[in-house]
Amino acid sequence: MKNIFVICELEEEKIADISLELVTKGRSLANQLTCNLETLVIGHRLDNIESQLFMYGADKVWIADDPRLEIYTTIPYASIAVNLFNEEKPQIVLLGASTFGRDLGPRVSSALKSGLTADCTSLEIGDHVDKREGKNYSNLLYQIRPAFGGNIVATIINPDHRPQMATVREGVMKKEIYSDTHKGETVRLDLRKYMKESDFVVQVIERHIEKSKVNIKNASIIISGGYGVGSKENFQLLHQLAEAIGAEVGASRAAVDAGFAGHDRQIGQTGVTVRPKLYIACGISGQIQHIAGMQDSAIIISINNDPNAPINRIADYVITGDLEVIIPKMIKYYRQNTK
Amino acid sequence: MKSLKIIVLAKQVPDTRNVGKDAMKADGTVNRAALAAIFNPEDLNALEQALRMKDRFPGTRITILTMGPGRAAEVIREGLYRGADDGILLTDRAFAGADTLATSYALACAIRKIGDYDLIIAGRQAIDGDTAQVGPQIAEKLSLPQVTYVEEIISLEAKKIKAKRRLERGIETVEAPLPCVLTVNSSAPDCRPRNARAIMKYKHARTITERQDNSEDYMTLFNERPYLDIPEWSVNDIETDLSQLGLSGSPTKVKKIENIVFHAKEVRHITPDDSGINELMKELIDNHTLG
Repeated sequence: MKNIFVICELEEEKIADISLELVTKGRSLANQLTCNLETLVIGHRLDNIESQLFMYGADKVWIADDPRLEIYTTIPYASIAVNLFNEEKPQIVLLGASTFGRDLGPRVSSALKSGLTADCTSLEIGDHVDKREGKNYSNLLYQIRPAFGGNIVATIINPDHRPQMATVREGVMKKEIYSDTHKGETVRLDLRKYMKESDFVVQVIERHIEKSKVNIKNASIIISGGYGVGSKENFQLLHQLAEAIGAEVGASRAAVDAGFAGHDRQIGQTGVTVRPKLYIACGISGQIQHIAGMQDSAIIISINNDPNAPINRIADYVITGDLEVIIPKMIKYYRQNTK
Repeated sequence: MKSLKIIVLAKQVPDTRNVGKDAMKADGTVNRAALAAIFNPEDLNALEQALRMKDRFPGTRITILTMGPGRAAEVIREGLYRGADDGILLTDRAFAGADTLATSYALACAIRKIGDYDLIIAGRQAIDGDTAQVGPQIAEKLSLPQVTYVEEIISLEAKKIKAKRRLERGIETVEAPLPCVLTVNSSAPDCRPRNARAIMKYKHARTITERQDNSEDYMTLFNERPYLDIPEWSVNDIETDLSQLGLSGSPTKVKKIENIVFHAKEVRHITPDDSGINELMKELIDNHTLG
């Protein structure tokens, strides 16, 4: 009762990073609330999967192992989670804000009639006073998330309903080994009580992991490179920064024509129009055709050797200097000062 | 497969992707009321998938269902202009303040009242909240299978639909029985433009409230052309448990909202050394632009 649960996601028979990040966060929340941290793993051939979770701080690992569960489909996974949570009555349930968590989470929360906050970027424990009802709540989960296209940051609470459910974006929390010697309990669920044959209505016919389309259109942060980046190799710097801060890499037409980046990354009149909250233009001079595709970005940073590059006129911040020097500094500061 | 009955769920949203100068308040925060109200972009992708089914199966009927204030009838007209057959506006003060759970409950009740459908298609998520929850929650409430992140409906035959889903690291083809709920990604094809004949046909389509607001006399027109009537459903038109609606039916509450403050477009020059870059990065992290 009243424990914290993490619904884990598998990636090639291992617990996915996003889930380990949540287990790490769940551990610190459990310590704060003095409750246990439990995890639910659903899949097939899960022998010894618990060992991956104990060292990140799990006190209990619930395992649902069945050949029919090898590939995720919504309804059987949801049935298992809903039935288990109805018995165990957790106070908090966390999932990754991946396609898995964003497909499963709402189905489970709807069945439990509990609240779910999507895509949290921070989770904290705090109190709440409802002045109108004259009620005091202590130790609620503050679910903090951007909303309104990133224009506001909202703190969401679920005062009266349990579990308090949240999905969290990958990379927001830090994955950290709690203790190599931490051990817990393992429970293998008798699945006849948790799911039905009729839950298997959706069939996955084909599944292949292919290179995903570049998703610059929906990225909230874009690091974009121009001809001034100089080479395909130098473009790797942009990818490194993008990976560090959770961004997509875009390119100007000149950079694409020069072969530094693929066509699917092209931003501008002949490419994609983007409006991210942050656009970092690297070695981009600022042809009209490029500006037309990114001028509505909320914040524009221009990094360029040329102090008179036209793009500097629409930038909020201008850094005049070498990419090879500036980008590593940005990565270094970000890595040291977040999570 | 003969003709189908498809419900497309659409939402009118503020255009959060396009925050121009006019929408900025003096303190640098966004004036949400000043943003244009638009057809949620991924709901247009959803409508296109429905229209493709209509192309494939002539006689298919597409109903746009939207919940919102009176002005949300605009998205129904927009849907009619692009090829939908009719629409229903679910509007009532009792629905106000709903979180995703209470929203999906109200919409599920309206869908139950519509009753006869083969497919419910919605956008993956709306750009004002980005939660992606309402589609799956409606599926749960109606005990229907859900297929999310759909990029393409591959085939539809013998009461089974085959669809391609786009996941983070790949694609998946799934088969689901009808009826079911699909949510469609922005990576799916864009919606076709308005059709001139449909605009001519539906430009006077109005809800009863809009007709009352309007000084023109619509009586004769609506008697002659009943398809111009956009039905407006209130809480009294659908069967609901009132405690599950609106603010009181919402488990989640907003405790606090912080506005992100944008800087005026005034160039700041950052020195390319450690102190300059660190200061910039700190500012971007502190104001939630990063992290």
